[in-house]
Amino acid sequence: MITARYHREIPQRYRLEAAKCSSCGNISFPPRLVCPECKARKFETIKLNDEGKLITYTVIRVASDKFSKETPFAVGIVELNDGVRLTTQIADAEPEELSIGQKVRLVFRRIQEDGKAGILCYGYKAVII
Amino acid sequence: MVGIVGYGAYVPRYRIKAETIAHQWGMDPEAINRGLQLIEKTVPGQDEDTITISVAAAKNALKRAQINPQEIGAVYIGSESHPYAVKPSGTILIDALGIGPHVHVSSFEFACKAGSEAMYVAYSHVKSGEMKYALGIGADTSQGAPGDALEYSASAGGAAFIMGSEKVLAEILFTNSYTSDTPDFWRREGESYPRHGGRFTGDPAYFKHIMGAANALLEKSNMKPEDFQYAVFHMPNGKFPQEAGKRLGFTKKQLEVGWIVPLMGNTYSGSSPTGLAAILDVAKPNDMIFMVSFGSGAGSDGFIYRVTDELPKVQDRAPKLRDMLDKNKIHLNYGEYAKFRRKIKLNE
Repeated sequence: MITARYHREIPQRYRLEAAKCSSCGNISFPPRLVCPECKARKFETIKLNDEGKLITYTVIRVASDKFSKETPFAVGIVELNDGVRLTTQIADAEPEELSIGQKVRLVFRRIQEDGKAGILCYGYKAVII
Repeated sequence: MVGIVGYGAYVPRYRIKAETIAHQWGMDPEAINRGLQLIEKTVPGQDEDTITISVAAAKNALKRAQINPQEIGAVYIGSESHPYAVKPSGTILIDALGIGPHVHVSSFEFACKAGSEAMYVAYSHVKSGEMKYALGIGADTSQGAPGDALEYSASAGGAAFIMGSEKVLAEILFTNSYTSDTPDFWRREGESYPRHGGRFTGDPAYFKHIMGAANALLEKSNMKPEDFQYAVFHMPNGKFPQEAGKRLGFTKKQLEVGWIVPLMGNTYSGSSPTGLAAILDVAKPNDMIFMVSFGSGAGSDGFIYRVTDELPKVQDRAPKLRDMLDKNKIHLNYGEYAKFRRKIKLNE
Protein backbone atom coordinates (compact mmCIF):
# COMPACT_ATOMS: atom_id res chain seq x y z
CA MET A 1 0.00 0.00 0.00
CA ILE A 2 1.67 3.22 -1.18
CA THR A 3 -1.25 5.61 -0.66
CA ALA A 4 0.16 7.77 2.18
CA ARG A 5 3.58 8.36 0.62
CA TYR A 6 2.05 9.04 -2.80
CA HIS A 7 -0.38 11.57 -1.33
CA ARG A 8 2.44 13.33 0.53
CA GLU A 9 4.45 13.80 -2.68
CA ILE A 10 1.58 15.18 -4.83
CA PRO A 11 2.74 18.86 -4.76
CA GLN A 12 6.13 17.87 -6.21
CA ARG A 13 5.03 15.12 -8.57
CA TYR A 14 1.95 16.94 -9.98
CA ARG A 15 2.89 20.62 -9.84
CA LEU A 16 6.71 20.64 -9.61
CA GLU A 17 6.58 22.58 -6.36
CA ALA A 18 10.08 23.24 -5.00
CA ALA A 19 11.48 25.00 -1.93
CA LYS A 20 13.51 28.17 -2.48
CA CYS A 21 15.70 29.02 0.50
CA SER A 22 14.71 32.44 1.90
CA SER A 23 18.28 32.96 3.06
CA CYS A 24 20.56 31.96 0.14
CA GLY A 25 18.10 31.38 -2.73
CA ASN A 26 19.11 27.75 -3.32
CA ILE A 27 16.26 25.69 -4.80
CA SER A 28 15.63 22.22 -3.34
CA PHE A 29 13.59 19.72 -5.31
CA PRO A 30 12.04 17.80 -3.71
CA PRO A 31 11.68 20.32 -0.86
CA ARG A 32 13.84 19.85 2.24
CA LEU A 33 13.50 20.90 5.87
CA VAL A 34 17.06 22.26 6.01
CA CYS A 35 18.83 24.08 3.15
CA PRO A 36 21.82 21.93 2.06
CA GLU A 37 23.77 25.10 1.16
CA CYS A 38 23.31 27.44 4.16
CA LYS A 39 21.44 25.25 6.70
CA ALA A 40 18.58 27.79 6.93
CA ARG A 41 15.09 26.47 7.68
CA LYS A 42 12.87 29.06 5.98
CA PHE A 43 11.68 28.41 2.41
CA GLU A 44 9.37 29.92 -0.16
CA THR A 45 7.33 27.48 -2.28
CA ILE A 46 7.96 28.01 -6.01
CA LYS A 47 6.75 26.20 -9.12
CA LEU A 48 9.55 25.01 -11.39
CA ASN A 49 9.66 25.83 -15.09
CA ASP A 50 8.47 22.72 -16.97
CA GLU A 51 10.97 23.04 -19.84
CA GLY A 52 14.67 22.20 -19.95
CA LYS A 53 17.27 20.05 -21.65
CA LEU A 54 18.42 16.47 -21.48
CA ILE A 55 21.75 16.23 -19.64
CA THR A 56 22.19 12.47 -19.98
CA TYR A 57 20.10 9.34 -20.37
CA THR A 58 20.17 5.57 -20.43
CA VAL A 59 17.89 3.09 -22.15
CA ILE A 60 16.32 0.47 -19.86
CA ARG A 61 15.95 -2.85 -21.65
CA VAL A 62 15.60 -5.11 -18.61
CA ALA A 63 13.29 -3.44 -16.12
CA SER A 64 11.90 -4.33 -12.71
CA ASP A 65 8.70 -6.39 -12.72
CA LYS A 66 6.41 -3.34 -12.52
CA PHE A 67 7.87 -1.80 -15.69
CA SER A 68 8.95 -4.93 -17.58
CA LYS A 69 6.18 -4.61 -20.19
CA GLU A 70 7.19 -1.04 -21.08
CA THR A 71 10.76 -1.77 -22.24
CA PRO A 72 12.69 -0.37 -23.93
CA PHE A 73 12.27 3.04 -22.28
CA ALA A 74 14.68 5.83 -21.42
CA VAL A 75 15.44 7.39 -18.06
CA GLY A 76 17.41 10.61 -18.02
CA ILE A 77 18.63 13.58 -16.03
CA VAL A 78 16.88 16.78 -17.10
CA GLU A 79 18.08 20.28 -16.27
CA LEU A 80 15.10 22.60 -16.11
CA ASN A 81 15.38 26.21 -17.29
CA ASP A 82 15.67 27.41 -13.69
CA GLY A 83 18.73 25.23 -13.13
CA VAL A 84 17.14 22.40 -11.13
CA ARG A 85 18.13 18.90 -12.22
CA LEU A 86 15.89 15.88 -11.77
CA THR A 87 15.76 12.24 -12.83
CA THR A 88 12.79 11.25 -14.93
CA GLN A 89 11.52 8.75 -17.45
CA ILE A 90 11.44 10.03 -21.05
CA ALA A 91 8.05 9.20 -22.57
CA ASP A 92 6.82 8.84 -26.17
CA ALA A 93 10.32 8.41 -27.59
CA GLU A 94 12.10 5.72 -29.54
CA PRO A 95 15.62 5.28 -28.04
CA GLU A 96 17.24 6.26 -31.34
CA GLU A 97 15.44 9.64 -31.30
CA LEU A 98 17.25 10.76 -28.15
CA SER A 99 20.41 12.85 -27.89
CA ILE A 100 22.13 14.76 -25.10
CA GLY A 101 21.22 18.46 -25.06
CA GLN A 102 17.76 17.94 -26.57
CA LYS A 103 15.02 20.30 -25.40
CA VAL A 104 12.37 18.58 -23.31
CA ARG A 105 9.17 19.44 -21.48
CA LEU A 106 7.77 17.75 -18.38
CA VAL A 107 4.26 16.36 -18.90
CA PHE A 108 1.69 14.71 -16.63
CA ARG A 109 1.63 10.94 -16.99
CA ARG A 110 0.76 7.77 -15.15
CA ILE A 111 3.92 6.65 -13.33
CA GLN A 112 2.90 3.35 -11.77
CA GLU A 113 0.00 1.29 -10.50
CA ASP A 114 -0.26 -0.25 -7.05
CA GLY A 115 -1.10 -3.71 -8.38
CA LYS A 116 -4.28 -4.56 -10.27
CA ALA A 117 -6.68 -3.10 -7.70
CA GLY A 118 -4.60 -0.44 -5.93
CA ILE A 119 -4.28 3.25 -6.62
CA LEU A 120 -2.94 4.75 -9.84
CA CYS A 121 0.07 7.01 -9.35
CA TYR A 122 0.64 10.07 -11.53
CA GLY A 123 3.54 12.45 -11.91
CA TYR A 124 5.96 14.00 -14.38
CA LYS A 125 7.82 12.51 -17.31
CA ALA A 126 9.82 14.28 -20.00
CA VAL A 127 8.92 14.42 -23.69
CA ILE A 128 11.06 15.79 -26.50
CA ILE A 129 9.94 19.19 -27.87
CA MET B 1 -21.83 37.57 -22.79
CA VAL B 2 -21.07 33.97 -21.68
CA GLY B 3 -19.02 31.45 -23.60
CA ILE B 4 -15.61 29.90 -24.10
CA VAL B 5 -12.74 31.94 -22.63
CA GLY B 6 -10.05 29.29 -23.09
CA TYR B 7 -9.83 26.07 -25.09
CA GLY B 8 -7.20 23.40 -25.60
CA ALA B 9 -6.90 19.96 -27.12
CA TYR B 10 -4.54 17.03 -26.92
CA VAL B 11 -3.99 13.83 -28.91
CA PRO B 12 -1.33 11.20 -28.16
CA ARG B 13 1.69 10.71 -30.42
CA TYR B 14 0.98 7.07 -31.30
CA ARG B 15 -1.10 5.94 -34.30
CA ILE B 16 -2.28 2.75 -35.94
CA LYS B 17 -3.42 2.68 -39.57
CA ALA B 18 -6.84 1.26 -40.42
CA GLU B 19 -5.17 -0.97 -43.01
CA THR B 20 -2.92 -2.49 -40.30
CA ILE B 21 -6.03 -3.51 -38.32
CA ALA B 22 -7.75 -4.77 -41.48
CA HIS B 23 -4.74 -6.97 -42.38
CA GLN B 24 -4.73 -8.42 -38.87
CA TRP B 25 -8.31 -9.67 -39.22
CA GLY B 26 -8.18 -10.66 -42.91
CA MET B 27 -10.43 -7.79 -44.00
CA ASP B 28 -10.11 -5.78 -47.19
CA PRO B 29 -8.47 -2.44 -46.27
CA GLU B 30 -10.05 -0.76 -49.30
CA ALA B 31 -13.54 -1.82 -48.23
CA ILE B 32 -12.92 -0.56 -44.69
CA ASN B 33 -11.66 2.76 -45.99
CA ARG B 34 -14.63 3.10 -48.34
CA GLY B 35 -17.16 2.16 -45.67
CA LEU B 36 -15.79 4.00 -42.65
CA GLN B 37 -13.57 6.66 -44.28
CA LEU B 38 -10.82 6.16 -41.72
CA ILE B 39 -7.09 6.36 -42.51
CA GLU B 40 -5.59 6.01 -39.03
CA LYS B 41 -6.41 6.59 -35.39
CA THR B 42 -4.63 7.86 -32.30
CA VAL B 43 -3.51 5.36 -29.65
CA PRO B 44 -2.74 6.32 -26.05
CA GLY B 45 0.78 5.69 -24.76
CA GLN B 46 1.09 3.04 -22.08
CA ASP B 47 1.22 5.80 -19.46
CA GLU B 48 -1.71 7.82 -20.83
CA ASP B 49 -5.35 7.69 -19.83
CA THR B 50 -8.40 9.97 -19.65
CA ILE B 51 -6.86 11.87 -16.73
CA THR B 52 -3.48 12.58 -18.37
CA ILE B 53 -5.21 13.56 -21.63
CA SER B 54 -7.58 15.86 -19.72
CA VAL B 55 -4.66 17.50 -17.90
CA ALA B 56 -2.78 18.08 -21.18
CA ALA B 57 -5.86 19.59 -22.87
CA ALA B 58 -6.74 21.73 -19.84
CA LYS B 59 -3.16 23.06 -19.63
CA ASN B 60 -3.54 24.26 -23.22
CA ALA B 61 -6.90 25.84 -22.33
CA LEU B 62 -5.28 27.69 -19.40
CA LYS B 63 -2.46 28.91 -21.67
CA ARG B 64 -5.07 30.52 -23.91
CA ALA B 65 -7.33 31.84 -21.13
CA GLN B 66 -4.47 33.15 -18.96
CA ILE B 67 -6.67 33.15 -15.86
CA ASN B 68 -5.92 32.26 -12.26
CA PRO B 69 -6.81 28.53 -11.92
CA GLN B 70 -8.03 29.27 -8.38
CA GLU B 71 -10.96 31.19 -9.87
CA ILE B 72 -12.36 28.07 -11.55
CA GLY B 73 -15.42 27.04 -9.56
CA ALA B 74 -16.29 23.73 -11.22
CA VAL B 75 -14.45 20.98 -13.12
CA TYR B 76 -16.33 18.31 -15.04
CA ILE B 77 -14.67 15.56 -17.07
CA GLY B 78 -16.87 13.61 -19.45
CA SER B 79 -15.57 10.20 -20.51
CA GLU B 80 -16.50 6.55 -20.88
CA SER B 81 -12.98 5.49 -19.91
CA HIS B 82 -12.48 7.06 -16.49
CA PRO B 83 -9.51 5.15 -15.00
CA TYR B 84 -11.29 4.60 -11.69
CA ALA B 85 -14.77 3.09 -11.32
CA VAL B 86 -14.97 4.91 -7.97
CA LYS B 87 -12.90 8.14 -7.66
CA PRO B 88 -13.60 11.12 -9.88
CA SER B 89 -10.98 11.85 -12.55
CA GLY B 90 -11.27 15.58 -11.83
CA THR B 91 -9.86 15.17 -8.30
CA ILE B 92 -6.48 14.34 -9.81
CA LEU B 93 -6.74 17.03 -12.50
CA ILE B 94 -7.43 19.86 -10.05
CA ASP B 95 -4.36 19.04 -7.99
CA ALA B 96 -2.23 18.84 -11.14
CA LEU B 97 -3.39 22.26 -12.32
CA GLY B 98 -3.57 24.11 -9.01
CA ILE B 99 -7.37 24.44 -9.05
CA GLY B 100 -9.34 24.28 -5.80
CA PRO B 101 -9.78 22.87 -3.20
CA HIS B 102 -12.85 25.16 -3.21
CA VAL B 103 -14.18 23.69 -6.44
CA HIS B 104 -17.09 21.46 -7.49
CA VAL B 105 -15.81 18.33 -9.26
CA SER B 106 -17.61 15.48 -10.95
CA SER B 107 -17.11 12.77 -13.56
CA PHE B 108 -19.74 12.67 -16.30
CA GLU B 109 -20.74 9.65 -18.35
CA PHE B 110 -23.04 9.50 -21.36
CA ALA B 111 -21.24 7.37 -23.96
CA CYS B 112 -19.77 9.72 -26.58
CA LYS B 113 -21.53 12.89 -25.43
CA ALA B 114 -20.18 13.07 -21.88
CA GLY B 115 -17.79 15.83 -23.01
CA SER B 116 -20.51 18.11 -24.38
CA GLU B 117 -22.50 17.46 -21.19
CA ALA B 118 -19.53 18.70 -19.15
CA MET B 119 -19.35 21.78 -21.39
CA TYR B 120 -23.09 22.40 -21.10
CA VAL B 121 -23.13 22.23 -17.29
CA ALA B 122 -19.97 24.36 -17.02
CA TYR B 123 -21.57 26.98 -19.29
CA SER B 124 -24.82 26.90 -17.29
CA HIS B 125 -22.99 27.56 -14.00
CA VAL B 126 -21.35 30.68 -15.41
CA LYS B 127 -24.55 31.85 -17.09
CA SER B 128 -26.46 31.55 -13.80
CA GLY B 129 -23.87 33.75 -12.11
CA GLU B 130 -22.94 30.98 -9.68
CA MET B 131 -19.22 31.23 -10.49
CA LYS B 132 -16.71 33.20 -12.57
CA TYR B 133 -15.21 30.27 -14.49
CA ALA B 134 -16.06 26.59 -15.01
CA LEU B 135 -14.09 23.93 -16.87
CA GLY B 136 -15.73 21.28 -19.05
CA ILE B 137 -13.64 18.51 -20.61
CA GLY B 138 -14.35 15.64 -23.00
CA ALA B 139 -11.63 12.98 -23.15
CA ASP B 140 -11.40 9.26 -23.76
CA THR B 141 -9.14 6.31 -24.38
CA SER B 142 -11.93 4.49 -26.16
CA GLN B 143 -12.38 0.74 -26.09
CA GLY B 144 -13.15 -1.40 -29.13
CA ALA B 145 -13.20 -5.21 -29.02
CA PRO B 146 -10.54 -6.98 -31.13
CA GLY B 147 -11.91 -7.64 -34.61
CA ASP B 148 -15.03 -5.51 -34.05
CA ALA B 149 -15.85 -2.61 -36.39
CA LEU B 150 -15.24 -0.27 -33.44
CA GLU B 151 -11.57 -1.27 -33.36
CA TYR B 152 -10.95 0.79 -36.52
CA SER B 153 -12.27 3.95 -34.90
CA ALA B 154 -11.92 3.81 -31.07
CA SER B 155 -9.09 6.26 -30.38
CA ALA B 156 -7.70 8.62 -27.74
CA GLY B 157 -7.75 12.37 -27.27
CA GLY B 158 -9.68 15.20 -25.72
CA ALA B 159 -10.48 18.87 -25.50
CA ALA B 160 -11.03 21.26 -22.61
CA PHE B 161 -13.13 24.43 -22.50
CA ILE B 162 -13.08 27.10 -19.82
CA MET B 163 -16.40 28.93 -19.69
CA GLY B 164 -16.56 32.51 -18.48
CA SER B 165 -18.01 35.94 -19.14
CA GLU B 166 -14.89 38.13 -19.59
CA LYS B 167 -12.70 38.11 -22.70
CA VAL B 168 -14.99 35.55 -24.32
CA LEU B 169 -13.49 33.87 -27.42
CA ALA B 170 -16.70 32.27 -28.66
CA GLU B 171 -20.06 33.31 -27.26
CA ILE B 172 -22.62 30.55 -26.75
CA LEU B 173 -25.86 31.87 -28.22
CA PHE B 174 -28.16 28.83 -28.13
CA THR B 175 -28.17 25.27 -26.81
CA ASN B 176 -30.53 22.35 -27.19
CA SER B 177 -30.48 18.74 -25.99
CA TYR B 178 -32.44 15.81 -27.42
CA THR B 179 -32.58 12.53 -25.45
CA SER B 180 -34.47 9.21 -25.55
CA ASP B 181 -34.12 5.58 -24.42
CA THR B 182 -32.38 4.04 -27.43
CA PRO B 183 -30.23 0.94 -26.77
CA ASP B 184 -27.85 1.34 -29.73
CA PHE B 185 -24.54 0.90 -27.87
CA TRP B 186 -23.78 -0.07 -24.29
CA ARG B 187 -21.30 -1.65 -21.91
CA ARG B 188 -22.53 -3.61 -18.92
CA GLU B 189 -20.77 -3.33 -15.55
CA GLY B 190 -17.55 -5.39 -15.50
CA GLU B 191 -17.40 -5.92 -19.27
CA SER B 192 -14.15 -4.94 -21.01
CA TYR B 193 -15.62 -3.85 -24.31
CA PRO B 194 -18.86 -2.16 -25.39
CA ARG B 195 -21.50 -3.88 -27.54
CA HIS B 196 -23.55 -2.25 -30.25
CA GLY B 197 -26.62 -2.83 -32.37
CA GLY B 198 -24.82 -2.83 -35.74
CA ARG B 199 -26.93 -1.01 -38.32
CA PHE B 200 -29.37 0.04 -35.56
CA THR B 201 -26.71 2.59 -34.48
CA GLY B 202 -27.49 4.61 -37.64
CA ASP B 203 -30.96 5.95 -38.35
CA PRO B 204 -32.81 5.20 -35.06
CA ALA B 205 -29.87 6.36 -32.95
CA TYR B 206 -27.18 8.67 -34.39
CA PHE B 207 -29.22 10.37 -37.09
CA LYS B 208 -32.48 10.65 -35.13
CA HIS B 209 -30.79 12.39 -32.19
CA ILE B 210 -28.40 14.55 -34.20
CA MET B 211 -31.26 15.72 -36.43
CA GLY B 212 -33.56 16.17 -33.44
CA ALA B 213 -31.12 18.45 -31.61
CA ALA B 214 -29.97 20.21 -34.77
CA ASN B 215 -33.41 21.01 -36.15
CA ALA B 216 -34.60 22.31 -32.78
CA LEU B 217 -31.48 24.45 -32.52
CA LEU B 218 -32.05 25.95 -35.98
CA GLU B 219 -35.68 26.64 -35.14
CA LYS B 220 -34.83 28.16 -31.74
CA SER B 221 -32.18 30.43 -33.26
CA ASN B 222 -34.21 31.21 -36.39
CA MET B 223 -31.08 30.46 -38.43
CA LYS B 224 -30.37 28.42 -41.54
CA PRO B 225 -27.37 26.15 -42.34
CA GLU B 226 -25.99 28.78 -44.75
CA ASP B 227 -25.71 31.25 -41.85
CA PHE B 228 -22.76 29.25 -40.46
CA GLN B 229 -19.10 29.19 -41.49
CA TYR B 230 -18.45 25.87 -39.70
CA ALA B 231 -20.36 22.84 -38.48
CA VAL B 232 -19.18 19.84 -36.48
CA PHE B 233 -21.06 16.69 -35.53
CA HIS B 234 -20.06 13.68 -33.46
CA MET B 235 -17.68 11.56 -35.54
CA PRO B 236 -18.09 7.80 -34.89
CA ASN B 237 -16.61 7.25 -38.37
CA GLY B 238 -15.94 9.37 -41.42
CA LYS B 239 -19.27 8.76 -43.07
CA PHE B 240 -21.92 9.56 -40.43
CA PRO B 241 -21.08 13.24 -39.79
CA GLN B 242 -20.89 13.92 -43.53
CA GLU B 243 -24.29 12.30 -44.01
CA ALA B 244 -25.80 14.20 -41.04
CA GLY B 245 -24.47 17.46 -42.46
CA LYS B 246 -25.89 16.66 -45.90
CA ARG B 247 -29.34 15.79 -44.51
CA LEU B 248 -29.43 19.10 -42.61
CA GLY B 249 -28.27 21.15 -45.58
CA PHE B 250 -24.65 21.89 -44.62
CA THR B 251 -21.97 21.77 -47.32
CA LYS B 252 -18.72 19.79 -47.27
CA LYS B 253 -16.83 23.09 -47.00
CA GLN B 254 -18.61 23.94 -43.74
CA LEU B 255 -17.75 20.51 -42.34
CA GLU B 256 -14.17 19.94 -43.50
CA VAL B 257 -12.24 21.86 -40.79
CA GLY B 258 -13.90 20.05 -37.90
CA TRP B 259 -13.98 16.70 -39.73
CA ILE B 260 -10.82 15.34 -38.12
CA VAL B 261 -11.97 11.73 -37.78
CA PRO B 262 -10.08 10.25 -40.79
CA LEU B 263 -6.75 11.00 -39.07
CA MET B 264 -7.81 10.84 -35.42
CA GLY B 265 -10.51 8.19 -35.16
CA ASN B 266 -13.41 8.49 -32.76
CA THR B 267 -12.23 9.92 -29.44
CA TYR B 268 -15.72 9.22 -28.06
CA SER B 269 -16.39 11.96 -25.45
CA GLY B 270 -13.60 13.99 -27.06
CA SER B 271 -14.94 13.67 -30.62
CA SER B 272 -17.04 16.77 -31.42
CA PRO B 273 -15.17 18.81 -28.73
CA THR B 274 -11.82 18.19 -30.51
CA GLY B 275 -13.54 19.00 -33.81
CA LEU B 276 -14.66 22.28 -32.24
CA ALA B 277 -11.08 22.93 -31.06
CA ALA B 278 -9.84 22.44 -34.65
CA ILE B 279 -12.40 25.00 -35.82
CA LEU B 280 -11.48 27.51 -33.09
CA ASP B 281 -7.83 27.17 -34.17
CA VAL B 282 -8.66 28.86 -37.50
CA ALA B 283 -11.98 30.71 -37.03
CA LYS B 284 -12.22 34.49 -37.43
CA PRO B 285 -14.28 37.12 -35.57
CA ASN B 286 -18.05 36.91 -36.23
CA ASP B 287 -17.81 33.39 -37.68
CA MET B 288 -20.78 31.26 -36.63
CA ILE B 289 -20.18 27.64 -35.53
CA PHE B 290 -22.81 24.89 -35.29
CA MET B 291 -22.00 21.86 -33.10
CA VAL B 292 -24.05 18.77 -32.24
CA SER B 293 -22.66 15.87 -30.21
CA PHE B 294 -24.11 12.38 -29.93
CA GLY B 295 -23.92 9.86 -27.13
CA SER B 296 -25.36 6.38 -27.40
CA GLY B 297 -28.12 5.45 -25.10
CA ALA B 298 -28.98 8.04 -26.56
CA GLY B 299 -28.79 11.81 -26.76
CA SER B 300 -27.37 14.87 -28.49
CA ASP B 301 -26.30 18.29 -27.24
CA GLY B 302 -26.33 21.18 -29.68
CA PHE B 303 -24.55 24.53 -29.40
CA ILE B 304 -24.39 27.65 -31.55
CA TYR B 305 -21.27 29.78 -31.08
CA ARG B 306 -20.32 33.22 -32.39
CA VAL B 307 -16.59 33.96 -32.54
CA THR B 308 -15.48 37.27 -31.00
CA ASP B 309 -12.56 39.64 -31.66
CA GLU B 310 -10.68 37.96 -28.77
CA LEU B 311 -10.13 34.59 -30.50
CA PRO B 312 -7.32 35.58 -32.92
CA LYS B 313 -5.32 36.95 -29.97
CA VAL B 314 -5.09 33.52 -28.27
CA GLN B 315 -5.06 30.98 -31.12
CA ASP B 316 -1.24 30.76 -31.16
CA ARG B 317 -0.78 30.54 -27.37
CA ALA B 318 -1.05 26.73 -27.39
CA PRO B 319 -0.56 23.90 -29.91
CA LYS B 320 -3.19 23.60 -32.65
CA LEU B 321 -5.07 20.36 -33.18
CA ARG B 322 -4.23 19.88 -36.87
CA ASP B 323 -0.52 20.26 -36.06
CA MET B 324 -0.84 17.61 -33.35
CA LEU B 325 -2.56 15.28 -35.83
CA ASP B 326 -0.21 15.89 -38.76
CA LYS B 327 3.21 16.02 -37.07
CA ASN B 328 5.40 13.93 -34.81
CA LYS B 329 3.63 10.58 -35.22
CA ILE B 330 4.83 7.09 -34.25
CA HIS B 331 2.98 4.30 -36.09
CA LEU B 332 2.47 1.00 -34.28
CA ASN B 333 2.07 -2.49 -35.71
CA TYR B 334 -0.88 -4.57 -34.47
CA GLY B 335 1.21 -6.42 -31.88
CA GLU B 336 2.49 -3.19 -30.35
CA TYR B 337 -1.03 -1.77 -30.45
CA ALA B 338 -2.43 -4.84 -28.67
CA LYS B 339 0.24 -4.44 -25.98
CA PHE B 340 -0.39 -0.71 -25.58
CA ARG B 341 -4.15 -1.27 -25.25
CA ARG B 342 -3.66 -4.21 -22.83
CA LYS B 343 -5.45 -6.62 -25.14
CA ILE B 344 -2.93 -9.39 -24.41
CA LYS B 345 -3.59 -11.66 -21.45
CA LEU B 346 -0.50 -11.83 -19.21
CA ASN B 347 0.51 -13.81 -16.16
CA GLU B 348 -0.13 -11.89 -12.96
